[in-house]
Amino acid sequence: MLNHMSYLSLALYAASFVCYAWVLYAPNLWLGRLATLLMAGGILCHYFALLERSQGTHTIPYDDLYGSMSLFAWLLGVTYLGLEIFHRQRSVGAFVSLLLVVWMALLGLLAPHTIPAPPPAHGPLFAFHVTLDTWAYSAFALSFVLSLVYLMQDSILRSHHAGTAFWRFPALDVLDRMSRSSVFVGLAALAVGVTSGFVWAHRLTGSYPWGDPKVVVTLLILVVYVAYLLLSRTVRWRGSRAALVCAVNFAVVLFSYTFVNRYFTRFHRFF
Amino acid sequence: MATVSKPRSSSAGAGPVRSGTRIQIALIGCNHRTAPVELRERVAFTAEQALEAARELRRQGILEEVVVLSTCNRSELYGVAVESGSEVTEAMEDFLTSFHKITRAELEGRTYRWVDTDALRHLFRVASGLDSMLLGEAEILGQLRTAYGQALEHGATGPVLNRAFQGALEVGKRVRAETEVGARPMSVALAGVKLAERVFGNLKGHAALIVGAGAVAEQVVEHLRNRGIGNLRVVNRSHDRATELAARMGGEAVAWESLEKVLGAPDIIVTSVANAAPVLTRGMLERALSVRGGRPIFVVDLGVPRNVAPDAAGLYNFYLYNIDDLGEIVEQNKRAREAEIPRAEAIIAEHISKFHSWRAALEAGSIVDDLRGRFREQREALLRERLAEMQNVSPEERERLAAITEELIERVLAEPAQKIRKGGTMRGRLGAIDAVRHLFGLDVPNAKGSGTEDPE
Repeated sequence: MLNHMSYLSLALYAASFVCYAWVLYAPNLWLGRLATLLMAGGILCHYFALLERSQGTHTIPYDDLYGSMSLFAWLLGVTYLGLEIFHRQRSVGAFVSLLLVVWMALLGLLAPHTIPAPPPAHGPLFAFHVTLDTWAYSAFALSFVLSLVYLMQDSILRSHHAGTAFWRFPALDVLDRMSRSSVFVGLAALAVGVTSGFVWAHRLTGSYPWGDPKVVVTLLILVVYVAYLLLSRTVRWRGSRAALVCAVNFAVVLFSYTFVNRYFTRFHRFF
Repeated sequence: MATVSKPRSSSAGAGPVRSGTRIQIALIGCNHRTAPVELRERVAFTAEQALEAARELRRQGILEEVVVLSTCNRSELYGVAVESGSEVTEAMEDFLTSFHKITRAELEGRTYRWVDTDALRHLFRVASGLDSMLLGEAEILGQLRTAYGQALEHGATGPVLNRAFQGALEVGKRVRAETEVGARPMSVALAGVKLAERVFGNLKGHAALIVGAGAVAEQVVEHLRNRGIGNLRVVNRSHDRATELAARMGGEAVAWESLEKVLGAPDIIVTSVANAAPVLTRGMLERALSVRGGRPIFVVDLGVPRNVAPDAAGLYNFYLYNIDDLGEIVEQNKRAREAEIPRAEAIIAEHISKFHSWRAALEAGSIVDDLRGRFREQREALLRERLAEMQNVSPEERERLAAITEELIERVLAEPAQKIRKGGTMRGRLGAIDAVRHLFGLDVPNAKGSGTEDPE
């Protein structure tokens, strides 16, 4: 069951989706600003929902699937809002807010009726590590959405069949820059997150967990996204090919977040 | 473009709302659908002529409020009539013919005349761009704003046209904001530029190359210039022609032989060359893309036969649109705009209803005043008549009698006034107002006690 703040954030995300979608259909500056405001409101309420939960478990939500997914959604919203303000581009908002609404509704089904028992205390460095890694995943999820929109827009441009949405979507150049910004944020967060995780593990066990499948896959994620950033500047790959690489890379993130966490790792098995 | 400030009160402009007759907007005009350009140019109004016409129409007592709208596609006179129905549009047409010194026979079947709701609906359709030659074009809204602003400034409008034109400006804005009627490019040149924006986003600072020359290519350049394009180069077989074009377009002329050398620089290429073989081959464009580090190139090929080799279309990060592609997009956009007409009409209907509400409230107020005036006249006549026969009534008693009958009038009027103002639906209220006017003879323009006010 979601708490009151979660319901409120779901309602605000849904309202922001309606406004973003409406703006996509019929541009209106004030409605666009309202959409941003509603999104910011949803993020704020979501923060308080996470805070309430964290106070119950005495740590950031990572140990159960619901808490982890909720943190992921919140960081996705934060990253998107940052990019929207930085690039002054709202037309992707409809996709991101829809993703958040679906995600939060799904969370409503997954949410346990009681707050789970607190996991073993790991300290602030561990919390920092988990938060940054989740942030990296949500930034990669955002770049995935942006890359899909890029591929769609590119395909319409090539087919010469421009529909209504075509004229409203951001330009290819803007999508490309937003996607790279998002990946850059994700890589920075992941690099710092992994480093802090290594430091924490070394303090605890006196060794680095190089052999853990989660670490291996995470390093693979770092490699594929760095490769994307490099390829996206080359003659042969810049444009739709790079967007495709970025979209495919997200499969590795999903694999890491689901199968690796659930079945392969011993060190990172939380839920 | 003139800005229009709202009048301070409902009685600003030509004068207060008339009492005694139904408030009616009348319109006469001709447009691109009803009259050829030879006739339209003869009935067009300059800004000065529009003011003079408005002044004359009011001075001659044909109209109380006037706005003259004259563009290259239409000449229209909007007014609030002293007379009603067809009489006023007859008088307006007479005025139009005498003002422009043309015969009525020349205007026969070339004009349209509307009154009341039809006139208002026409005004709102004009503001929305639904009556324009190019469906949904935005320029008309600015022209309407200017025409109204000028009339307002010179006191030619009054409460009715103020309300109608402010409504029209709002309708125009809403239709463009809430529907697709005004969206999407409707010309080949603009479609090309808008497509380039789908690739590069803001075109400010981007480079363009114009190969050859043609009317559409020049239009493309104009749109690019309006968007702050940075570097502009012009290539033509005749270097003199290239220099002339470059000077006119504000660009730099490049020799025909250097075409391939400069091909790597521009983000947007517009070709319009009369040549049997393609001017830009796949090989040339491949090399250009390589020089650019894979950054995309957007090409608008306006040449027939085509100036860009068809096999170049498959190049990576190369977006090619020829004249047929752009024509097809313009057609798609036209269909999309037409599909939006019902939504625009719904907005218009909503604003017509708002106008009717406002008018009904106004008329409800005026009809009670008219009735009061009529009853007072009757009372005074009756008291004069009867008291003349009663010699023994003192002045105090006469005053008392006058006060009692005055109170009686107020009591009699209280209930109908309440019902007309607040009761029932809009249609019902308007019907009740019409019925009262008819029953008490208030719809006769020069009926005793229902005199109209001189606008001057």
